[in-house]
Amino acid sequence: MSNPGQASTLSSATAGVGVATVHAVASSRSLKTKLRADHVNMVFGKGDQRVNVLDDISLEVGVGEFVCLLGPSGCGKSTMLNVVAGFLNPTSGQVKIDDQLVIGPDRRRVFVFQERGVFPWLTVEGNIGFGLFDLAESERNSRIKHYVELVGLQGFEKAYPRELSGGMKQRVEVARALSVNPDMLFLDEPFGALDSITRLIMRGELLRIWEAEKKTIIFVTHDIDEAVQLADRVIVMSARPAKIQKVVEIDVAHPRDISSPRYLALRDGILEAIGLAHKV
Amino acid sequence: MSVTAQARRWEPLFWPLVVAAVLLFLWSYAVKWSGTNVFPSPMSVEHGTMQLIERGVLWRYMGDSLRRVATGYLLAVGIGIPAGLLLGWYPSAGHIVNPLIQMLRPISPIAWIPVAIVLFGVGDLASIYLVFLASFFPIVVSTMNGVRNVPSMYRRAGRNFGLSPRQLLSRVVFPAALPQMLVGLRIALGIAWLVVVAAEMIGADSGLGYLVIDSRNAGKRYDLVVAAMLLIGLIGLMLDIGFRRAERMKAVRWGFRDAA
Repeated sequence: MSNPGQASTLSSATAGVGVATVHAVASSRSLKTKLRADHVNMVFGKGDQRVNVLDDISLEVGVGEFVCLLGPSGCGKSTMLNVVAGFLNPTSGQVKIDDQLVIGPDRRRVFVFQERGVFPWLTVEGNIGFGLFDLAESERNSRIKHYVELVGLQGFEKAYPRELSGGMKQRVEVARALSVNPDMLFLDEPFGALDSITRLIMRGELLRIWEAEKKTIIFVTHDIDEAVQLADRVIVMSARPAKIQKVVEIDVAHPRDISSPRYLALRDGILEAIGLAHKV
Repeated sequence: MSVTAQARRWEPLFWPLVVAAVLLFLWSYAVKWSGTNVFPSPMSVEHGTMQLIERGVLWRYMGDSLRRVATGYLLAVGIGIPAGLLLGWYPSAGHIVNPLIQMLRPISPIAWIPVAIVLFGVGDLASIYLVFLASFFPIVVSTMNGVRNVPSMYRRAGRNFGLSPRQLLSRVVFPAALPQMLVGLRIALGIAWLVVVAAEMIGADSGLGYLVIDSRNAGKRYDLVVAAMLLIGLIGLMLDIGFRRAERMKAVRWGFRDAA
């Protein structure tokens, strides 16, 4: 376990952190800016109990871009997602979307929780149509039908969440988010509770939906493979207080060959940045 | 005969009836064996019940008791649920009122009987007031806790879709808290039925509770006392069964672990 090679990678990586703050600004493909976070800091608690969770995070996300926030559990990446979604106010700094300051949640940008976010008292239809309360009945029904089909839940319209598998519940949540036609999606480890096979299938589905619906996506995960498989850019965050440690552009076209040399090189680069030698 | 895990249709009713028959037999045998002339046998209870029906008091007393429970209970629901929603929704209001509720709650409704008689006299109102009081606290407390325990994820999801506070309450918080509220409503109904009998024994001149005390006082008719007791038990069972049915509705079933 404690071979010298691993130890040195670890120490060099930790030494790399904190030297300079990396800002994840504009991808090389120069997309129009959708979201811009400037020097976001987040401190929880008071006095001795103060915990610094986010440390000067700046990032920019382009229109239609798929960005993964990657970091160890408890590093603050979910906090960051809650800040950009408007559920939390940062201690300092600001977030702008479409050049407007984010002051609260908005139905143009929908947050997708883990599967537990579906409403257990509503059917699949009821959940997917939840955000469509201001539409006329017929419009509402046709939207529900469209998104039931998009996530492949035909035949389960009248089923309640407790009658569905974890993967199906997650589809319901994604469909509920998409049905209000948002232009951004925030996904907080959405597939974390699924088994590994379902997780792989759901990644494929998400990419298919992303390509069909052209949404801007920020996806939080602690799974390196997941990040490299999905994202246009991976933003690697350090342990708490979270800083942006590295930004990795994934220049591999979809569908990605996950055993291609380029994919593996990118993955290994991230492993190294996090401070893990790729040997177990 | 095949042994299957699935209970056959007649089984859930069959075994309780067998047990009841055995108990009836034991009861009747015990009365005969002991030679008591105070405690009635099942047969004399049956005769007594018939007499009550002939005199026309049985249905009237049952109706009176049920009407008092229904009135007091529905009042408690109508006031308790909004109050609980409010107290759960505004935590600061909850903190102010909660100590008072927790102090009043352990006072047995029976202890309120003298107060109820002073306030309302002997009759319907005193019993209704006691039923109201007994069912109000479980309803308020379970509603308040139900609202407080709604996972923040549901509230966030609701806010994310642009719901106004009013919509959030009716479309997210209320349905999310409903299973826990139903538990409180069922407990409250059970207590209400217990309390109406006690209340009628002292503060009324009709009803099943009055029947118990009146039969004993006017000629020690223990056959009628036992008849009234059995009726009280049966009605209580019916009320509970009815409520359990409601808990199996699909929109709330998720909140109950035992119902598949």
